[in-house]
Amino acid sequence: MRGLWKLTRTEMKLFLREPMATFFTLVFPTMCLLLLGSMFGNKPVKQFGGLGFVDTMVPGYTAMIIATSGLLSLCTSIASYREKGILRRLRATPLQPQAILTAQVAVLFLMAVLGMALLIILGKLIYGLHIPRNPLPLLPAFLLCAMSVFAVGFVLASVLPTARTAEITAMALFFPMIFLSGAVIPQALPETVRRISQILPLTHGVTLLRGLWAGGTWCEHLKEVCVLSGVFVVGVIVSAKTFRWE
Amino acid sequence: MEDNAVVKVEHLRKTYGSLAAVDDVSFEVYQGEIFGMVGPNGAGKTTTIECVEGLRKPDGGGIQVLGLDPQRDGYDLRRRIGVQFQQASLQDRLKVWEALDLFSSFYPRSVDWNVLLEQLGLGDKRNAPFAQLSGGQKQRFFAALALVNDPEMVFLDELTTGLDPHARRAMWDLVRDIRSRGKTIFLTTHFMEEAERLCDRVLIIDNGRIVALDTPENLIKTLGAENRVVFTTEAPLETERLKTAPAVTRVETIGDRIIVYGRGDRLVVEVVNNLVSNAICFRDLRTEQPNLEDVFLSLTGREMRD
Repeated sequence: MRGLWKLTRTEMKLFLREPMATFFTLVFPTMCLLLLGSMFGNKPVKQFGGLGFVDTMVPGYTAMIIATSGLLSLCTSIASYREKGILRRLRATPLQPQAILTAQVAVLFLMAVLGMALLIILGKLIYGLHIPRNPLPLLPAFLLCAMSVFAVGFVLASVLPTARTAEITAMALFFPMIFLSGAVIPQALPETVRRISQILPLTHGVTLLRGLWAGGTWCEHLKEVCVLSGVFVVGVIVSAKTFRWE
Repeated sequence: MEDNAVVKVEHLRKTYGSLAAVDDVSFEVYQGEIFGMVGPNGAGKTTTIECVEGLRKPDGGGIQVLGLDPQRDGYDLRRRIGVQFQQASLQDRLKVWEALDLFSSFYPRSVDWNVLLEQLGLGDKRNAPFAQLSGGQKQRFFAALALVNDPEMVFLDELTTGLDPHARRAMWDLVRDIRSRGKTIFLTTHFMEEAERLCDRVLIIDNGRIVALDTPENLIKTLGAENRVVFTTEAPLETERLKTAPAVTRVETIGDRIIVYGRGDRLVVEVVNNLVSNAICFRDLRTEQPNLEDVFLSLTGREMRD
């Protein structure tokens, strides 16, 4: 346990030393919020069901942060740890192999939580972000969304042969995903695009988070819950079967 | 000797597809020795050492290390051994002291790594990120990581590959120093000179099979190869005259250079006496002994060169 704790703390330091990762997880979403928030404000709009622009964007950006850490960061770091032989070196110690992956997931999850917290705090302070009367159902939704996207990241890290292909594939998935899922552009997408976007797990994550943010209940979002859980389960099974340490 | 074997390998076999990387390899490593496995790249050295470390699962045969089965008791074994990989790296931005601190936390017992850094000449690199270390510094740093748990046995895979001659010699001193602290060392190398100078016993492996296993001296002795005396002369030399000495087996002339082949410790004396008594002027006389390189050549019919 001491080893896992130390490894997690070390990975945290390393994450913060990596300017790109820190920027895209913590700074970029905040910048988007401030920029677009200052343009559109947070006045209630009929199109958003009586919510404001910022109220809609915060759950969307949260999903984007989950995709950044779960897809881009997780996939790239595990694939490069494998390629560089870092996984191999750590496995030659008495540390449990699972601890190596647990530390990675823990750090990235924590960063996603931090990114979301920043959005909520700034949104509340500057734009009077509307926070649901009962925010508790949002927490398991955030967790489910993260688990599902992290599982996809793990599959990519397991299946793709090199760090370079893993990074490129993660990017190629990430960018269409954040736009098509409505994480960055809300509900203005044409019907065809919206139909295509249904195959992306993040779309369901965005729908779930946004729905609950607007005061919806889990019962209204059973489809999203099922899809996200399914992706998680399949992702875990596939990566457990295909994961390589070297 | 049989009783203090810390590593016992019997009929080890490991195949990758149809290729037998290691084929029926058996040997023992004794407590407190520097045991070296030499052979060209791809001979099966790394596969063997990684099976012994428990990082690779053998397809056949039995392995015991410090009385443990590396596959079954991997966790207990990893606490008691130190491992250095042939190709390894760590996170670029991880600092030297952070890595040592981190690795120390993986073991129930660890040494003061500050002392280790000083001993390895890395005291001033304490705060350097991994990516900024030179090749030699990285190797020494990985040696420090392999020693952080005060292991009973240390595995060093291609410790000096990529090092300049000076750094290589420094590594040899380090290995001898580790041994003098009572630890057993199992290393692999593809430098015959390194094996000859550093190891108490050498296992020569080629194409996944053991070619020879003995002390470097014995390996060279059993080869029965000839010593050579090499010199140059001012005037052309009647070589038949040299052949009359009993220790001399044959003589070769290459330009103004004469190479006299022969056996036994009296070869040099006889050649020099012969030259002096015939009043022949000679220069640059030196002797050449057969080395492990010659042993490999004679056992496999190939040069060691990659």
